[in-house]
Amino acid sequence: MCIREIKESVIEFFIKISGFIIILFVFLIFLFLLNDAVLLFKDFPLKEFIFGKRWLPISNPPHFGIVPLLLGSLYVTFFATIICVPVGIASALFIAEIAPKFLRNILKSFIEILASIPSVVLGFVGIVWLGPFLKDTLKLNTGMCGLTGSFLLALMALPTIISISEDAIISVPKSFKEAAFGLGATRWQTLWRVVLPSASSGIIAAIMLGIGRVIGETMVVMMVTGNAPLVPKSILQPLRTLTATIAGEMGEAISGSEHYFALFAVGLVLFIITFIINFLSVILLSRSKK
Amino acid sequence: MSEVIIKTVNLNVHFGKQHILKNINLEIYKNEILGIIGPANSGKTTFLRALNRLNYLFKDYYQEGEIFFAQKNIKDINDNLLRKKIGIIFALPQVLPITIYENVAYGPKIHGIKDKDTLDSIVEKALRKAYLWEEVKDRLHTLATKLSGGQQQRLCIARTLAVEPEVILYDEPCSGLDPISTQKIEEAMRELKNNYTQILVTNNTKQAARATERCAFMLMGELVEIDRTAIIFTSPKDKRTDEYVRGVFG
Repeated sequence: MCIREIKESVIEFFIKISGFIIILFVFLIFLFLLNDAVLLFKDFPLKEFIFGKRWLPISNPPHFGIVPLLLGSLYVTFFATIICVPVGIASALFIAEIAPKFLRNILKSFIEILASIPSVVLGFVGIVWLGPFLKDTLKLNTGMCGLTGSFLLALMALPTIISISEDAIISVPKSFKEAAFGLGATRWQTLWRVVLPSASSGIIAAIMLGIGRVIGETMVVMMVTGNAPLVPKSILQPLRTLTATIAGEMGEAISGSEHYFALFAVGLVLFIITFIINFLSVILLSRSKK
Repeated sequence: MSEVIIKTVNLNVHFGKQHILKNINLEIYKNEILGIIGPANSGKTTFLRALNRLNYLFKDYYQEGEIFFAQKNIKDINDNLLRKKIGIIFALPQVLPITIYENVAYGPKIHGIKDKDTLDSIVEKALRKAYLWEEVKDRLHTLATKLSGGQQQRLCIARTLAVEPEVILYDEPCSGLDPISTQKIEEAMRELKNNYTQILVTNNTKQAARATERCAFMLMGELVEIDRTAIIFTSPKDKRTDEYVRGVFG
């Protein structure tokens, strides 16, 4: 009896610890970022970091204006979202509601394969094929621009969006569909007016998670967006994202220098953005389960 | 009795390898309330759902024989039009998670009515006919899922009425309801009798005796007997019907 109780409490303790460790890690990462990022603002004004339009880390004096990088990330993310959301929802609808069983299984396994392609391989495809293709068809100066990155990021976000939206669509009660059909609704009317609205919070969560994936992605954007830290005037220009900046410059920044701390500050901004996006998607997902 | 509105000829239904309905020949008259009784798995619901082709939503469904609606083979009628003409009320109230008003207006909207005033009057009329108007008129724009089970079921009736059907199918509409709600639904059915043909599938033989004019008894996918309700419950021709209505089995 006594031994049993000890066993129980030991197991319970370990499970509890595992849960708390995750929270601890997130918290520590945040502190770690904050700790180094704050050091930048001893010498460099916070206002200029947030509103500065120039990112020139090795000029004299250096400029650490985050606006071009933030806009670069937002541009690429925005266009990737525009591309992948309609395609993602449409394919989720097709897989969940329309496709016959064998086709559904084939599609689902292809989506899993798509999810497992390393991002560096996609970047490679972007450099060798998609970039030159866009350059020729749109008559651009260079194919290494925001749009190329958006397309590839959309491709990366698709598996997330499709599989989570599909779950949301499948969990719409069959009775809703029968009720709509029973009133004489067509298949399209049923999908559009009953199934999609009922699954909407799950689908929105899927989109948020997809965006979270896009904004945090590094390798692809580093390889194909041209890496020019300028304020982008259009998606067809070379630009640089927050992530690519950190990955590209961390190696050459001297540890403990202003530049080094500035990269931590960029990381902190990125952390806050993805945290907010994930937080929102968790709230929406839990609401859709009700 | 008056004219025949629905007629089935040698109707056979299969789900995969299971033979669910066997040679059903049945005539349903305009503006009658026809009851269909029988134990579970006798094919009552399948029969009902065959009439507006809802069974075709199932993948391994297979049907032989013909069904005629107003002299026309239902195969030749567009599914959506057919389901508009032949509405169905399910066993569990299937309200959509939108407002009461939107639930009723949903049907007319998908059939192309957009004018706000027209929709308003359709909604009010349908809710009145379903005996629900007085209870919900002050909260039309609250969520329909907040209504009680009985109210939800009457909302479903109102929703069906809003698309102006000619026939209403009830698939055990009161199986989850208390006696008072059941009574209200039966009242609504009596009130609707003048303008609609109604078919009531029920497990509750007492309800069939109370609410219907003619009654069909089904067993194991066969139509055993159909006659005036009074006869079915007092002097049926078939021994099995007699045993079922007296409660010997089932």
